[in-house]
Amino acid sequence: MIEVRGLTKRYGEKIAVSDLSFTVQPGIVTGFLGPNGSGKSTTMRMIIGLDRPTAGSVTVDGRRYRDFAAPLTEVGALLEARAVHTGRSAFNHLLALAQTHGIPRRRVDEVIDLVGLAEVARKRAGGFSLGMGQRLGIASALLADPSTFILDEPVNGLDPEGIRWIRNLLKALAAEGRTVFVSSHLMSEMALTAEHLIVIGRGRLIADTSVEEFVRRASGTVVRVRTPQASKLRDLLISADVTVTSVVSDTLEVTGLPSERIGEAAAGAGVTLYELTPQQASLEEAFMDLTRDAVEFHGAASAGAAAALEGQV
Amino acid sequence: MTTITAAASATSHSAPGRPRLTQARIVRSEWTKLRSLRSTLFTLLAAVLFVVGLGILISWGRASHWSQESPGDRFGFDPTNTSLSGTYLAQLAIGVLGVLAFSGEYATGMIRATLGAVPKRLPVLWAKAGVFAVVTFVLMTIAAIVAFLGGQAMLSAKHIQTNLTHPGVLTAVIGAGLYLTVVGLLGVALGALLRSTAGGIATLFGILLVLPLIVHFLPSNWSRHIERYLPSNAGQSIINVVHDPSAMQPWTGFFLFLGYAVIAVAAAALVLVRRDA
Ligand SMILES: Nc1ncnc2c1ncn2[C@@H]1O[C@H](COP(=O)(O)OP(=O)(O)OP(=O)(O)O)[C@@H](O)[C@H]1O
Ligand SMILES: [Mg+2]
Repeated sequence: MIEVRGLTKRYGEKIAVSDLSFTVQPGIVTGFLGPNGSGKSTTMRMIIGLDRPTAGSVTVDGRRYRDFAAPLTEVGALLEARAVHTGRSAFNHLLALAQTHGIPRRRVDEVIDLVGLAEVARKRAGGFSLGMGQRLGIASALLADPSTFILDEPVNGLDPEGIRWIRNLLKALAAEGRTVFVSSHLMSEMALTAEHLIVIGRGRLIADTSVEEFVRRASGTVVRVRTPQASKLRDLLISADVTVTSVVSDTLEVTGLPSERIGEAAAGAGVTLYELTPQQASLEEAFMDLTRDAVEFHGAASAGAAAALEGQV
Repeated sequence: MTTITAAASATSHSAPGRPRLTQARIVRSEWTKLRSLRSTLFTLLAAVLFVVGLGILISWGRASHWSQESPGDRFGFDPTNTSLSGTYLAQLAIGVLGVLAFSGEYATGMIRATLGAVPKRLPVLWAKAGVFAVVTFVLMTIAAIVAFLGGQAMLSAKHIQTNLTHPGVLTAVIGAGLYLTVVGLLGVALGALLRSTAGGIATLFGILLVLPLIVHFLPSNWSRHIERYLPSNAGQSIINVVHDPSAMQPWTGFFLFLGYAVIAVAAAALVLVRRDA
């Protein structure tokens, strides 16, 4: 279990993380989401003591990371930036880490096999592709068989097979009762992997929710209706809180009314319905809605396009 | 995922003791790091070749020109120091290697893995400094002995050689190894302090090589008082057998040099613990 309490980090004038509090439970995968620069990596670095909090505290299983007698057996971390000397082989890199804790050499070979690096283990890590580097990082996190995992964008650079492998690995680790905390930009990826979500923006907590709840809130806001009497139904439904747009001549999209109310209204007026479907708003859209105000770096392209549109109007 | 669990029980049962951080294990890890970088091995080899090769070459040169040298040239001739003159070149290699011990980890990001495994941090500094000091001292002292013996063999052609039983000679030969070891320690400290390879190397050679030049240009009644206390001048007094009255006594000078390095290591310790990785 990871407990973050009032965590704050300043870099000079810049506040990277601001009074953040949440708890990461064992036994499930917890996703850590937020736009670029929202403070995910900074928070993760503070958990393992690489950066010192300006205020607040963070503990793993009730203790500060630096107080552990065998830190690697408590927390396995994969950080965003590579943490490998480019001149050393994957094997020697892992061996050096293992030796600090007296972990046997056999275990080094084991994790190398586990992440599928056996063939390149004796080659310089500097020549590794992004995905191979990521696998090496995961091997070092697994090395001491820790009870907590902190992974900063682990799927970054992995091929589809690698992504699926990570997803299954994380779920399996959680199923064994471990704490698994994974950051990502991709809501859709997290929806497949995580059970719980911590969402931050500009260093502040935006949401601390189960994935199920998040999906439920995100869906069902738009209902698609197909009817031969589209204009009649439209007049029937439209009001201050309800908007109706027509997609094709016989199809309407209704916002602001649940499907039950629409069906009842249609039955009452004798309108025939061919279709009545609550639309799943995409998770990615829901995520962007949630974090819209907290996005720090808007793409120059979209900002430019918006400006161009304004100019035309 | 039974592999992970199976491995877990293997780790905790059959290993000699449960996984736990100890200073000795961290030393072992740093030894693995040192020997597993090819660039380190090449640089150490270069340092050995500098000490041995240059020492013998310069001794040969002095011997072959001895008959043409004037009494003024011959005044203060130090056969020991002549055969150890490769030390002055080897200090560049050892110094760079010392700086890289930390700066190389900062440059590649390895430092985050290192400090993630040892979050108390200071044991890493002790281990790195210790491993590097022992390796440097052993290799460089052996190289100095070989250079001395080879150099004296060259000088013996003109009967101007010395031997290890003469007063101060053994001290100077071992002193060459000691001097290079402290240069390395100074480099390790500067690498940890500045975190940058370029900055660390520039500062180290600024202190060792440029500082004496600058002081030399000061008014002579100032420089006369300062010169001998400069780190490299103080440290190198141990490699001289024929005593220069303006220099410090061999061991006093060496310990002053060591003192400077200890101050640098202490500053590095402070910064390592305080600053974000
Ligand atoms: N060492 C540092 N010095 C100064 N500012 C920093 C430092 N590290 C992070 N920041 C700033 O803190 C903010 C949070 O950065 P962080 O890397 O934690 O975000 P993130 O959520 O991981 O972003 P991304 O999704 O792009 O990885 C950013 O504005 C960043 O510029
Ligand atoms: Mg990040």
